[in-house]
Amino acid sequence: MDLSYTPEQEEFRQRLRAWLKKNIPRRRSPGAGLADDEPERIARAKAWQRKLYEAGYVAMSWPRQYGGQEADVITQTIVSEELARAGAPPLIGQMGIQMVGPTLIQYGTEEQKRRFLRPILTAEEIWCQGYSEPGAGSDLASLQTRAELVGDEFIVNGQKIWTSNAHFADWMFCLVRTDPSAPKHHGISYLLIDMKSPGITVRPLVQITEERGFNQVFFEDVRVPRQNLVGELNHGWQVANATLFHERNMLGASSRTQELFQGLVRVAEGRGRAVLEDPRVRHRLADLVTRVQAMRYHAYRQLTDAARGRPGGIAASVTKLVSTELNHEIAAFALELLGSYGTLSKRSPWAVERGYWLTEYLFTLGMIIGGGTSEIQKNIIAERGLGLPRDTRPM
Amino acid sequence: MDFGLSSEQELLQQSAREFLRCHCPTSLVRAHMDPQADGYPRELYGRMAELGWLGLLIPASLGGSGGDLLDAALLCEEFGRAALPGPFFASSALAALTLRYAARESCKQQYLPLLARGEKIATLAWSEGRAAWDAASLETRCERQRLSLRLDGKKLFVLDAHVADWLLVVCSFREGRRNDVAIVLVPRNQPGVRVRQMLDADRTRRPCVVELRGVTVARKHLIASGEKARAALQRVFDAARVLLAADSLGGAEQVLEMAVEYAKVRQQFGRPIGSFQAIKHACAEMVAAIEPARSLLWYAAYAFEREPKNAPCAASMAKSLLCDVYAWATERSLRIHGGIGFTWEHDLHLWIKRSLWNRHAFGEPMFERERIAELCGW
Repeated sequence: MDLSYTPEQEEFRQRLRAWLKKNIPRRRSPGAGLADDEPERIARAKAWQRKLYEAGYVAMSWPRQYGGQEADVITQTIVSEELARAGAPPLIGQMGIQMVGPTLIQYGTEEQKRRFLRPILTAEEIWCQGYSEPGAGSDLASLQTRAELVGDEFIVNGQKIWTSNAHFADWMFCLVRTDPSAPKHHGISYLLIDMKSPGITVRPLVQITEERGFNQVFFEDVRVPRQNLVGELNHGWQVANATLFHERNMLGASSRTQELFQGLVRVAEGRGRAVLEDPRVRHRLADLVTRVQAMRYHAYRQLTDAARGRPGGIAASVTKLVSTELNHEIAAFALELLGSYGTLSKRSPWAVERGYWLTEYLFTLGMIIGGGTSEIQKNIIAERGLGLPRDTRPM
Repeated sequence: MDFGLSSEQELLQQSAREFLRCHCPTSLVRAHMDPQADGYPRELYGRMAELGWLGLLIPASLGGSGGDLLDAALLCEEFGRAALPGPFFASSALAALTLRYAARESCKQQYLPLLARGEKIATLAWSEGRAAWDAASLETRCERQRLSLRLDGKKLFVLDAHVADWLLVVCSFREGRRNDVAIVLVPRNQPGVRVRQMLDADRTRRPCVVELRGVTVARKHLIASGEKARAALQRVFDAARVLLAADSLGGAEQVLEMAVEYAKVRQQFGRPIGSFQAIKHACAEMVAAIEPARSLLWYAAYAFEREPKNAPCAASMAKSLLCDVYAWATERSLRIHGGIGFTWEHDLHLWIKRSLWNRHAFGEPMFERERIAELCGW
């Protein structure tokens, strides 16, 4: 066990820190950051990702031939730590970088890799994820969006929902049912769909944060070329599981939690000495900082396992469960410390930090649901981790 | 950057687990629970001495096995899992570390090799029933006489004093014009020393009352005084926090394992209760509490050796988190077991009571949280 970094790693960190100091966009938007769909903001967010990519700090773990640097997990950790420390905005192309990119590298054809990987890195093409449907949430495999293979094309009909960024995304990676007669996990395929295709309608949904983050997407006889199928026909569930794994493999989770906690401490300090001397406040802060630190070292432990080539098992589910709940607790306590100011709308001139903590409180609640609810994570931990009996699965 | 166990550490932990499964079953733990007996499984401790465990925290040059606090934490995790009775914590951790950090070289050479071999047992007598142990609040006094030291007072919650050969007594000591803290080594069989067991609900721990009435020892028995004694004790208490956190980790894992095994075989409503989400989620929540806490414990042990500036806060964090997780996990496990877990006959209560002792010793969570707040500068 050794938490120190090599001189090369330290030098890399200093170089990155200096670069960030010079290049980081000045204002940080609250909450999701990317929730807004103003074209100008999107253009700025794309420019930021491109800048970061050109400086060599995006998707560093990818193979060199696809624009990565084959960097080790430690280097990636340094990057995510420094990005969080500097308060860098999240990357607009995150979905592509973290989910569809790694999936294509693993399952895509050479042609797909050549076509899609580079624009993911440069933010020239933004991706959204077409998984959830009105009738398929936690039970994702019951999805009904139908894709029929006619000649060299799939004809897609159906509906997706909670599709973040669909209102400005260029492409969607999408799970569709290609064999309705097969058991539900065996009739699904993984398609790449051009969002400009005729027959696609995107209807934005307003989130409880008052932002337009996710959407409903309708498909009416949308034609998708056969070469946009990833992996084998009817094997989309396995392909998607690999992507879900990438989603849960959140390197930045603990850095974000630490940043959030630092914000909470600033709120407590800003409320004056009397608040900080209140034992209830002190003990709550002490309890939270303890769990924040536990998640920090838990992340280091997972990284070490990854670096040693050990399978993560259910660790990603534990991290997803604990860190999203912890982030929400931190935001809830900050809100409580703000008293009546806490609940003021971000549009109110009296709102503190433009309603940052109310937005965080709501946004972190959304994170508990997105990517598999806490309850689903508990099922995964109990069934895959502890070997408790699985729920009966119909079909 | 490497935050994992070495292969030697993994081996140490694995072999300790197997050894204790074989040599420290709950039948042995129960056989040493009788309040009339001394709760000291000597045969088992003989084997532990042969394995080098009793001297794990003692440098090799002094007859020990020269482990660090993380090694000891891994061992204590297994002791917690097995609910090991006897004076390991008192003698091989508290007393050995006190001597290591406070004593002069000649003292260390005299005492530590005997502790490492398990030929002698020592313990640390610091508490007088309050959290404070500064010179002003210590009522146990040591006076310098012409050729000797004289001690009077009463120490409480002294672990395993009834089987100890040596008591390391923390007392108030007049030095020059002012009183300061001192540590004095008192042989238990010295005239004027009276030891009685206090009887904890956790029968695997044996706290004692030690009364000292006009106890006279040679002046060379003064181990340390003043700043040296205080600094050493701070460090010993932080090590104690980490090791109790480790014991709690092992106990929490044990009660989780028991709950999961029971949930797989216990049938109600025509199916194993482990197929109900109320039970599954309770078990999953234990995993989700235990695993990050383990990482924090590793860090606290690492910081103790490598990052002295962060060590006190990390120790308090590990202590408060693991002890809370342990007590909470035992409750969860009890709910899953239902009525059977509430019987004396079932083993679960061994860990329920051990979790309570761990939680209260060396800083209950409320005290630790205040210390964390202070150390964070709030």
